[in-house]
Amino acid sequence: MKKYDAIVIGAGHNGITNAAFLAKAGLDVLLVEKNEYIGGATVSRELYKDWKYSNCSYVCSLLRPEVYREMNLAKYGLQIVPYGGGVTISENGDHFGSYIDADVSRREMARLSPRDADASVRYERDIMRQCRFIRQFLLRTAPDPTSFKPRDMMEMFHMGKELLKLGEDVIYDMMRFYTMSISEFLDEYFEHPLIKGAMASSGIIGSAMGVMSPGTAYVLLHHAMGDVDGVVGAWGFARGGMGAIANAMSDCFEDHGGKTITGSGVEQILVKNGKVTGVALENGDEHHADVVVSNMTFPRTFLECMDEKDLEPEFIRKVKNFKIRGSSGKLNIALDGLPNFTALENNPELIRGDIHLIDSVERLERAYDDWKDGTWSKDPYIDMLIPSLTDPTMAPPGKHFMSVFVQYVPPKIHGKDWTDEQVDQFGQTVINQIESYAPGFKDLILHVEVRTPREIEDEVGLTQGNIFQGELTLDQLLFNRPIPGYAQYRGPAEGLYMCGSSNHPGGGVMAAPGANAAREILRDLRQPNTVPEGWHDD
Amino acid sequence: MTNVIIIGGGHNGLTCAAYLAKAGKQVTVLEAAEQVGGAAITREFSPGYRVSAGAHLLYMLDKNVRKELSLESAGLSFSQLDMKTVALAQDGNHLHISGETLQGAMITTSDQAAFQEYKRFMTRFAGVIGGMHNRIPPRVRTRNFSDLLTLAKTALNVRMLGKDDMREFLRIAGINIYDILQENFEHPLLKGALSLDGILGTNLGPRSNNSIFTALHRLSGLQGMSMPKGGMGAVSDALATAARKHGANIRTSAEVANIYMDGDQVAGVELQDGEKITADVVISSADPRTTFFNLLGARNLEAGFARRISNIRMRGNTAKLHLALDGLPEFSGLDKNQLGERLLIAPDIEYVERAFNHAKYGEHSVKPVAEITIPSLHDDSLAPAGKHVLSAVIQYAPYNLKQGQLKQGWSTEKAGFTELVIDLLEQYAPAIRQQIVHQEILTPVDIEREFRITGGHWHHGELAMDQFLMLRPVPGSAQYQSPVDGLFLCGAGSHPGGGVMGSAGRNAANAVLNTTKGRQAS
Repeated sequence: MKKYDAIVIGAGHNGITNAAFLAKAGLDVLLVEKNEYIGGATVSRELYKDWKYSNCSYVCSLLRPEVYREMNLAKYGLQIVPYGGGVTISENGDHFGSYIDADVSRREMARLSPRDADASVRYERDIMRQCRFIRQFLLRTAPDPTSFKPRDMMEMFHMGKELLKLGEDVIYDMMRFYTMSISEFLDEYFEHPLIKGAMASSGIIGSAMGVMSPGTAYVLLHHAMGDVDGVVGAWGFARGGMGAIANAMSDCFEDHGGKTITGSGVEQILVKNGKVTGVALENGDEHHADVVVSNMTFPRTFLECMDEKDLEPEFIRKVKNFKIRGSSGKLNIALDGLPNFTALENNPELIRGDIHLIDSVERLERAYDDWKDGTWSKDPYIDMLIPSLTDPTMAPPGKHFMSVFVQYVPPKIHGKDWTDEQVDQFGQTVINQIESYAPGFKDLILHVEVRTPREIEDEVGLTQGNIFQGELTLDQLLFNRPIPGYAQYRGPAEGLYMCGSSNHPGGGVMAAPGANAAREILRDLRQPNTVPEGWHDD
Repeated sequence: MTNVIIIGGGHNGLTCAAYLAKAGKQVTVLEAAEQVGGAAITREFSPGYRVSAGAHLLYMLDKNVRKELSLESAGLSFSQLDMKTVALAQDGNHLHISGETLQGAMITTSDQAAFQEYKRFMTRFAGVIGGMHNRIPPRVRTRNFSDLLTLAKTALNVRMLGKDDMREFLRIAGINIYDILQENFEHPLLKGALSLDGILGTNLGPRSNNSIFTALHRLSGLQGMSMPKGGMGAVSDALATAARKHGANIRTSAEVANIYMDGDQVAGVELQDGEKITADVVISSADPRTTFFNLLGARNLEAGFARRISNIRMRGNTAKLHLALDGLPEFSGLDKNQLGERLLIAPDIEYVERAFNHAKYGEHSVKPVAEITIPSLHDDSLAPAGKHVLSAVIQYAPYNLKQGQLKQGWSTEKAGFTELVIDLLEQYAPAIRQQIVHQEILTPVDIEREFRITGGHWHHGELAMDQFLMLRPVPGSAQYQSPVDGLFLCGAGSHPGGGVMGSAGRNAANAVLNTTKGRQAS
């Protein structure tokens, strides 16, 4: 009976990354994927003839450059192009644009508020300081603070040392930053409501919190700490859509001898006497290995793909308490031409970046209140992008692909499953909002794919539609992610590992959890390490 | 002899005065109002009816202060000890919470068991917070031995919880009480009632992260709830007696107008009527913004520090209802004895969260939550025979009210809000309206005026994780010493925050005694 060195479940970007690093170390690795296509939520799909939709994730910033280099993704054809700026459109027809050129951006801010333009210098500096600190811990395994093992104590000591290097004032700022709400944090710098509204939204993307909720300042950091080509905080498009990332990673994996099978969902992870022995697929096949790595979400791995008898009841209880509530939806639209935003008539170039229609912190917060009530936001926050303006491969000439990310959208409606009618109504809410800012938009629509947490979970296995594989709050970060005691990629059975975003450092197309898990596996197997660690300045 | 002036005769100011006088300093307390106590006072709000005008329940009195200042001998006694909590249900099927026992409201055995476990770990974790009460907050980059000791001791306290509890502490300390209650309990009334521990006196809802932390702070006194006999003023009066016994001089109706400097040192204070009093050390128990901006003046501060002070969040969100009643009110489903407990209106946790939603937009709750006491039941000094006083904490009532389309403030909305609150009480005590002899509501604007607290927040600054310990009130002034030579802080705006405790006053006294100035020969 053929036995692999390792089986990785789930060909999302973290799974492929994990498999590739193991293959690079010489292991015989099998990657199993339930869908016919690989990539999970890092995917490009032709859902309408001649169009490519980045139908889940849609922009890239967080992909660790160390992973990019080590996997040599450029060799496999991956190109990431930063996109130009963005704009928030105000209800009264005004707008607030951000531009790649820092001076132009500053002038634009000064147009709305000279005081805020000055404050932005201090703001950028303070955010950058926080980014620089946290980035060094992304490609590192979190320490266990309750452990007396030398490795954990050394890591705690290392973290403490890096922290103290920052200086007392910065440490105090950091303590405040991690516990404040983005709304209150912005209040300490800015006064103009449109500027605050524009900047607050990255504090809530993918989270089940509102802009006034304490803890959202961290979420902003999570979105600011990436880079494209060394430009920290920049976001970009992958040429060919997000699927290009998964494809390049997959090519690297196969180049090193890896094998992928699609259309092969896992029914159960097989365990005998506390040790994993392999996986049983839904189609009845079995594959064997002493190492099984799950890229699935934490709840899906242990509540759906393992026999209850193989797990402690207390562990199962904690898995059930893991917070993974979806809060977002998506519309992917094929357009017959460019939409005409009334407010952008004199600044058409701003349509190349991300477009937001919510213009105040208060409106953002009210959108959250609807989610708490168990329904989608009647006045939703949307993050719109037209990748085809920068990447001509996404749509036929003159036509466009528009990606619309929407918050807030609950996993269930008042506790009950979404009905098809409700999905449609939700789609209409979004389209109507866009139409009100860009008259004639509806007439351009050739095709729409509407996604709620229901679709997100059904298609790519993201439990409750949470795009980060688990909420990014202090109780589920670092040594608490996914749960205390299991925050170092090892599962509760020998040979069982976890490599998805339910693990440190969390979600977004980062590849860090996949890489970190591979490092731990190679360590346990006493194989040479192929995985970069820590942070290396570009 | 070191000459010390303490601005504000609130309970922390009095505590500080007592300790410094005991240590041989010459202490003068200057209180602007006619009586001492600040927000821990008893006031006659209607002829013959007296009420704890601010805080109305005692559950955090610093045990060291109580013992070392011999407060019982100084006149402090209690009309009620170890009060129970009743979570009111509209249908009269109330939930009674006594220590670790739950009764009524069809509570299940699984919720009962879960409650015992919840109390166990919350009390343990509250103990970690409480362990820091009597210490001066350490600076994070410190070579000071005492600071290092505090840091080490705190880390040790956390480690001593044992692996499982330590993990749980690190997991939940920073999050919200809604998630924890949902993890542990089913019963809506229980969840509603327990969520109040995390949100009373705060600008948080049950879903707001930070609300576990505020709940732990509230429980960190590690004592039951009690009622001082004579109202909360009895605590302040006992502190004043203790302070005087040790030689402190307490002046009332003596409002300080400003703190004046001599070069770069504080030299004394000037009263409203022009009287100047010199001092070696000035300690302010007023809130940090009053202290630094109104009394000292921003021109005496470095710009970065001034900005931090102006950024302190201290917007009150709590109102106080006082009712003078013609007789004992009848709450359906409660007998006379049960009326003396702590009564809560918080039917379920979504109700509390919805009440909070309004406050985010500057509006008062349309269906508020309430913590109600009828102290006169066990204390006949508070009302004429057969008559009663009802005191309730009501949330949410934002300081910066912007109600409705026209964004009206409290001047126009107060009457309507008062009616709304009484309507709420009527749902549980249908005949109460007819019994009202006199009613009074203190909004945060009234609290600001009456107790001289900026923003009407009686913790002198929100108790949030970013406004706590070495961040309270702001870095650079979190060890009771201000950046201005000779000026100290001793009020709730400093560690460990608000609640009737006295710890801030005691810690500040220690901080003063630790400085060279303080140690000058007496």
